[in-house]
Amino acid sequence: MRAKLMDNNITDFMEKVSYRNLPSQLSLVLLAFLLTFSIAQSTYATTTVLPTQAIDTAAGEALFKANCAACHKLYKKATGPLLYEVGDKYDREWLYTWIRNSTEMVKSGDAQAVAIYEEYNGAVMTAFPQLTNEDIDNIIAYTYTEKKAPPVPAGGDLTTAPPNDGLSNNIILSILALVFFMLVIMLFLVNKTLRRFAEAQGVTIEERPKRMPLWKAFAENQFLMLVSSIFLLLAAGYFAYGWMMQVGVDEGYAPVQPIHYSHRIHAGDNQIDCNYCHSSARKSKHSGIPSLNVCMNCHKNIGEVAAETQLEGEQEFGVDYNAEIQKLYAAVGWDEENQVYTGDTAPVKWVRLHNLPDFAYFNHSQHVTVAGVECQTCHGPVEEMEIMYQYSPLTMGWCINCHRETNVKVADNEYYEKIHEELSKKYGVDKLTAAQMGGLECGKCHY
Amino acid sequence: MASNKKYWKSVEELNENSSIVESLQQNEFVEPIPTDEFLGDQETLESSSTSRRDFLKYVGFTTAAASLAACEGPVIKSIPYVVAPDEIVPGVANYYASSIADGFDFANVLVKTREGRPIKIERNDLSTFGGSVNARVHASVLSMYDTKRLQGPTVGGEDVSWEEFDIAVSQKMEAMAGKDVVLLTQTFASPSTSQLIADFTAKYPNVRHVIYDTVSSSEALDAFEAKFGTRGLADYDFSKAKVIVSVGADFIGDWQGGGYEASYAQGRIPKNGKMSKHIQFEANMTLSGANADVRVPATPSQQMEILKALTGGSASGLPENIAEAVNKAKAQLKKAGSNGVVITGLPNVAAQTMALDCNEGSEVMDTEKPRMTAMGNTADVANVMNGVANGSVKGMITVGVNPVYSFPSAAFAEGYQNLEMSLAFAMKADETASLAQMVAATPHYLEAWGDVQMKKGSFSITQPTIRPLFNTRQFQDALLKWTDNPSSYYDYIKETWTPVLAGSGTSFNKAVQDGVFESDAEVAAEATANTETSTSNGALLTTAQSGYQLTLYTKTAMGDGQQANNPWLQEMPDPISRASWDNYITVSAADAAELGLENYNVANGALNGSYVNVTMGDVVIEKVPVLIQPGQAKGSVGLALGYGRTDAVQSEMQTGVNAYALYNNFSTVQNVQLEKVSGTHEFACIQLHNTMMGRDIIRETTLEIFNTKDVHDWNPVPEVSKDHIEIPVTSPDADLWDEFDRSIGHHFNLSIDLNACTGCGACVIACHAENNVPVVGKTEVRRSRDMHWLRIDRYYSSEASFDADNEKKENISGLGSSLSEFAEMEVASANPQVAFQPVMCQHCNHAPCETVCPVAATSHGRQGQNHMAYNRCVGTRYCANNCPYKVRRFNWFLYAENEEFDYNMNNDLGRMVLNPDVVVRSRGVMEKCSMCIQMTQKTILDAKRDGRAIKDGEFKTACSAACETGAIKFGDVNDHDSEIFEMTKDKRMYHLLEAVGTKPNVMYQAKVRNTNEA
Repeated sequence: MRAKLMDNNITDFMEKVSYRNLPSQLSLVLLAFLLTFSIAQSTYATTTVLPTQAIDTAAGEALFKANCAACHKLYKKATGPLLYEVGDKYDREWLYTWIRNSTEMVKSGDAQAVAIYEEYNGAVMTAFPQLTNEDIDNIIAYTYTEKKAPPVPAGGDLTTAPPNDGLSNNIILSILALVFFMLVIMLFLVNKTLRRFAEAQGVTIEERPKRMPLWKAFAENQFLMLVSSIFLLLAAGYFAYGWMMQVGVDEGYAPVQPIHYSHRIHAGDNQIDCNYCHSSARKSKHSGIPSLNVCMNCHKNIGEVAAETQLEGEQEFGVDYNAEIQKLYAAVGWDEENQVYTGDTAPVKWVRLHNLPDFAYFNHSQHVTVAGVECQTCHGPVEEMEIMYQYSPLTMGWCINCHRETNVKVADNEYYEKIHEELSKKYGVDKLTAAQMGGLECGKCHY
Repeated sequence: MASNKKYWKSVEELNENSSIVESLQQNEFVEPIPTDEFLGDQETLESSSTSRRDFLKYVGFTTAAASLAACEGPVIKSIPYVVAPDEIVPGVANYYASSIADGFDFANVLVKTREGRPIKIERNDLSTFGGSVNARVHASVLSMYDTKRLQGPTVGGEDVSWEEFDIAVSQKMEAMAGKDVVLLTQTFASPSTSQLIADFTAKYPNVRHVIYDTVSSSEALDAFEAKFGTRGLADYDFSKAKVIVSVGADFIGDWQGGGYEASYAQGRIPKNGKMSKHIQFEANMTLSGANADVRVPATPSQQMEILKALTGGSASGLPENIAEAVNKAKAQLKKAGSNGVVITGLPNVAAQTMALDCNEGSEVMDTEKPRMTAMGNTADVANVMNGVANGSVKGMITVGVNPVYSFPSAAFAEGYQNLEMSLAFAMKADETASLAQMVAATPHYLEAWGDVQMKKGSFSITQPTIRPLFNTRQFQDALLKWTDNPSSYYDYIKETWTPVLAGSGTSFNKAVQDGVFESDAEVAAEATANTETSTSNGALLTTAQSGYQLTLYTKTAMGDGQQANNPWLQEMPDPISRASWDNYITVSAADAAELGLENYNVANGALNGSYVNVTMGDVVIEKVPVLIQPGQAKGSVGLALGYGRTDAVQSEMQTGVNAYALYNNFSTVQNVQLEKVSGTHEFACIQLHNTMMGRDIIRETTLEIFNTKDVHDWNPVPEVSKDHIEIPVTSPDADLWDEFDRSIGHHFNLSIDLNACTGCGACVIACHAENNVPVVGKTEVRRSRDMHWLRIDRYYSSEASFDADNEKKENISGLGSSLSEFAEMEVASANPQVAFQPVMCQHCNHAPCETVCPVAATSHGRQGQNHMAYNRCVGTRYCANNCPYKVRRFNWFLYAENEEFDYNMNNDLGRMVLNPDVVVRSRGVMEKCSMCIQMTQKTILDAKRDGRAIKDGEFKTACSAACETGAIKFGDVNDHDSEIFEMTKDKRMYHLLEAVGTKPNVMYQAKVRNTNEA
C-alpha cells in the first residue's frame, strides 16, 4: 500500500521497494486461507454425540442386539417382523408369553399368534424363557428409539468449505508457484538495476574471456565421449531391462469390480476369517471366489450398512455401500421386501486379479493347510484394502525366494516324520527349508 | 593357403572360344530377372493405390499397434456360482460309479469329474462282473463331447419340442395299429428296460421287440440255450485254467463280449514255477494268438476239423503240422483234467455246442451265472432285415443300433426309406437316423440312468455324472411317457430296486454309490419272441474251392464302429498291425506273393500297400488296402468291422471300408475272392521295424529254463570291460557319473510285467485322457509324428521263435553272412512269435536327455521323475535325438485351437474333456511321459493335509490304474514294504537297454513262455 502513496516521480529504487513488500502481503492472505481450512476441519471433526436415553433403554439395546437382532430389525421386515413400537401393536402380557414360548401359543390357537405364524410361512420363533418381564420391558422401550437421521446433512452452515483436500492442495501449490515466479522476476530486476547503476557510475563490468562452449569441449574429448556413451548405453540397457522385466507383472493391479466389495470392512472391521468365504483354500488348489449364497449367509439380514459406514464410504471412496448391497441382491435374486428368493439370478462377473499362467501349478491347500502360511504373506494387508489389489509380483523369483527362506512346518505331521529325520541328518540342520525338501524342482510346479 | 586348383564346371569350359562360357562369366543370373516386365508396366504401377509412403505408414502403424497391444494384459473374468452345490469344490475331483452298456461294451466304471465335467473313466474295483474297462470304454468320455451329437428331437427333419414329438409319435402309433412294427434294439441287459418294453408292447400289440447285436454271438447263445435252458453266454475264469485251447476265439479281444484278459493274465504270471499253457488255432493274427504259447495258423474250415478232433474225433484229415499240434493239445487237455478249457469263436451252433460239451465239468467255465451282455438272435434279425427290404414290415423303431450301416443287405436302406413309420433313438444323425422320419435324440450313458444285469445275479447301476448337454431324452423315459407312466426312469429304477435291496440289508443309495450290487432277485428277462435257432452254418463247412476264407473281426480300437467319430480311438494304433486310422484286409505273405500284392516302406519310413477288390457273390468292396500280416493262415484273409462310417462322422474320421457288407448271415466267416487293383494305399503305421533281430529288447525265456536254470543264464545283467575285466554295467565302477543319494523321500519306479501285458492298449487311451495328449491326424502319424506318450511296441520273431533269432544272430560270422542274414532277420516269420512291450519315458537316473538340453528344460527330480518344463523348452530337439528309447514327442504344430487339426481340442465341447491339472502344450516344445507327476503330487499333498504316512498302493499313474491285467505296477521303492520294491528284487526284472547305463526307473519283468509238453 505504501507504493501507492509514492508520487509519480518515483525512482527505480523506489519502484523496487514496492515490489519487495508484495510477498509479505501474499503470505498474509495465505495464512488467512489456511486458518479458515483448519477451522473448517476441526469444526467438522466434532460431530454431535447422540443424546443419552433412559437407562432401561440402554439395557434393552444390549439385550436386543444379543437376542433379537439375528432375526428382527427395528424399522424393516427381516426373518421376523419389524419391531419398531411393537409395544403398541400387542398387549404387554401377550408379548411376555409370546417371547418366552411362541410355539405353545400357536398350538393353543391364539388368533394373533397363528396370524404371525402363518404370515411368516410357519417359521418358529426361538423361545427365550430366560428373559424376565423387566428385560422384555427394556427391550420394548428400546424399540421406541426413533430412526437416526443420517448424519450426512449435519452442519449445513459449513457447506461453503467442502472438506476436499485435493482442491485445497492445488490452491496452496498454485500460490507457491506464483511466489517463486515473482522471486525470479525480482532477481532479474535487481540485476538489471545494478547494471544500470554501474553503467551510470562508469564502473566497467569485466567481460570474461570467451571460452569454448562446454558441449563443444565435451564433443571434442573423445575419451569422455566414449566413457559417457558406454555409460549411457549401460544405463539405457539397465532401464530397458527393468522395464521389460515388469511386462506381465501386475503388481498393484486393482481393477474396477462389478460390485464394490470392501475387504477392509469385511476382513478388517468385522474380522471375518478369510477362510469363511474362501473356504476351498483349505482343501483345493483354488482359493475360490465365494458363491453368492455365502454372501447371503450374512447379507440376508444386513440389507444396509451403519449410517457412519455409509457416510465414510461416500466421503472417502465415493461409493454408496447400500447400493452395492442392492447389486448383490439383484445378482442373487433376493426380494428384500418379501424376504424370498425370486430365482431370477445374474451371476457376478468378477475381474480376476491373480492370474497365474497356465503352466505354473499352484495349490492353496498346500500353503494354507499344510504349511500354515498366513494369507497376508502373499496377499498383503487385505484387511486394510478398500479395493483388493495384487500385492505380490507373482513372479517365479518371488516364489523361489520364499521357498528358499521358509521352513517347512513338520511338527505334528506324520507324513514328514521320516523324511524330516533323514534330511536333517543329511544337511546337518534342525529345520528344513522348502527348497531342501525339493521345493525348487521344476516338475513340482510345471507339468 | 589359397588353392591354385581350378575347378571345371563343365566340358564346355575347355573350349576357349565358347560363347556360353563367356556369357556365363559375365552374368550372375543365367536368365534375365524380369524386373522390366514388372516396372515397365506403367499401368500396374499406377493403378496401385498404395504409395511407398503409405506402405511405410502402414508398417509403422501396425508395428506400433501390435507392440502396444502386447503391453496390455488381458482382463480375465471369474464367475462364481450363485448357489454352489455342496459336493463341488473347484479344483477337487469327484468320482461317481457308473456303468457302460452300449450294446457292445459292458463294464463298471468310475467317472472322474472336475467342476461337474466328466473328464476320465477309471476302473471300478468293486466290480464283480469280469468285463473289462478297455480302450473303447476309456475313450467313451470323449464321445460325450462329440460335436456331431444330436441336439434335440426331429420330426421329418424339423426340430421339434419333446411335447410335439410325443404327439407325433402317438398319432403315428395309432395310425400303425394292426401293422407290423419292429422295435429293433441293442442288448440292454437291463431288467427295468425289459419290463418297460414289455409294457410298451402290451399297449401296442402290433410292436414286436427284436434284439440286434451288431456283432453277433447268436450261435454261442443258441448252443448255450439248447444245453442249459437259459439264453446267455458261459462265463470263464481263466485264472483257474492250466491249459487253454482256443479255436478261433480271440478271448483277449472281443470274443463273446471280451473282458477275459484280467483272469487270463493272472494265470500267466509264473507262480511257484507254474503258469497256464495257452494253445491257439486261428486264421487272423489276434491278441490271443500273439499271447499264446503255441499258435497254429489254420483257416476257418480247418478250425472246424480241429475242434472235432479235439473233442473226440480224429486229426487225420488235417495237414501234418496242425495234426501234430492238435494231438499235443489233446494230451495236454487230458492231463489238465478239470483245469483245461476249450473255447471257440466259430460262428456255428454245432461248434459252440462241441466246446460246451467238452468243457463240462471244467472249473474254468461257469454256466450257473451266465453273461447276459448279448441276447440277439440272428434268425430274427435276418427276418426283420428281409421283411423291411420286401415291405412286409411296415414300421421300425431302432434304439442304439444303426442297421442301415451295419446290415449286410443293400436292399435294406431302400426298404427302410419306404417304411410307413421309422423312428430312431440315436445319439447322432448316423446312417439310420438320417433316413428316419422321426429321430429321438438320446443322451450319452454319462448323462443317463440305468440298471444292468451283466451277469446273472450281478447288477450294475448307471448314473448320470453331468446334466444332459443337449435336449435329449433317454429311451426308457420315452417308454414311460408313451405308456402313460408319470414317473421318471430314475424313480422307476429306484422303486424297482429299493425293496429288493432293503431285503438284502443294503440301500439303493449305497448301490448307486458302489455302482454294483449282487442279488438273487428274479428279474424280467429280455422280452423277445424268438423260438427259431440260427441257421448260419452254410459257408463255414464247405471248403472254398477257389478264393479265400475271410474272418471278420473287430479291432481293439474301433469295436463295432459306434465310436467312429472319436479321434482318440482313430489314432490308437492296432496292437497287432500298429496301423491307425484304417481298416485293411490282412493277407498272408505267401498269398500276397501269389496275388502280386505288396507292402513297402517309402523314404520317410511310412508304409504303403496295394489295393484289392473283395468280392463275395454279388457284393463287391472296392479298393480295400492290403496289409501283409505275418501269422495269417495261408488261404485266409481278415477284415475289421466298424469302419467306413460316413454319416455324423467328421470327414477326417471317415476312414476305412464298411466290412458289414460282407457280414452275410451275420457270420464272421465268409468265402471271398480277391483281385488286385491299381493304386497305392498310404497307411499310418507307427512301427517301422517289426523284428528285434536278436537284440536285447524284450527278454524272453521258457518256463523250463526259468524253473531250472540260474538267472544269469536267461536274464543276465550286461557287462562292460574295465581294465580288461568284465564288470556288470550296474556297478558303480562302470559309471561315468557321481550317483545322487536317492534313499530319502519317495523314489518312484514303474514295473511292467511282459507276461501279464496282453497289448490291449487301455493304458494308451488312459494316458491320452489324463495328460491331454493331442491327436495329430493320419498324415502326421504317417510322418512318425504321433504324440502317444505311451506306446506298445510289438515285435515278431523272424525265425520260428525269438530264441531261434538270438541263435541265428550269434552264429553270424563274416561279412557275406552278416549282410545276407541280417537282411533276412528284418523280415518276420510266416508264423512268428509275438511279444508286446509298453514303452514310455524310462525316467533314467542318468538321463541322456538332461545333459544335452541347452536351456535345462528337462531335469531330474529327487523322486525319480524326469521333469519336463514346457515353458522353458526352446525346441532344439537335442533331447529326443539323445534318447535311446525314443519316447520324447515334439509338438510340430499347435494342436489345440487349430483348424488344421480339427479334433477334440479344436472345439469348445471337445476341450471340456481336458484335464485342468495338466497344461496343454504349445507348438515347438518337447513333451513326454511325466510319470503322472500331477497324480503323485496329489497323493503326497493329500497325505500331508491329513498328516499321515502314505500307504503302499496309493501312488498310481494313469497307465497303472488303467491296467486290467496288473501288468503295470507303480510305487515307491524307498518304501521297502511295497509291492514295487519286491518287483525290483524279482529274478525276472531287467531294464530296457541296460547296457547303455541310463539306470531307468522303469523296469520290465522278462517274458516266460510255457513250452512244456505233456
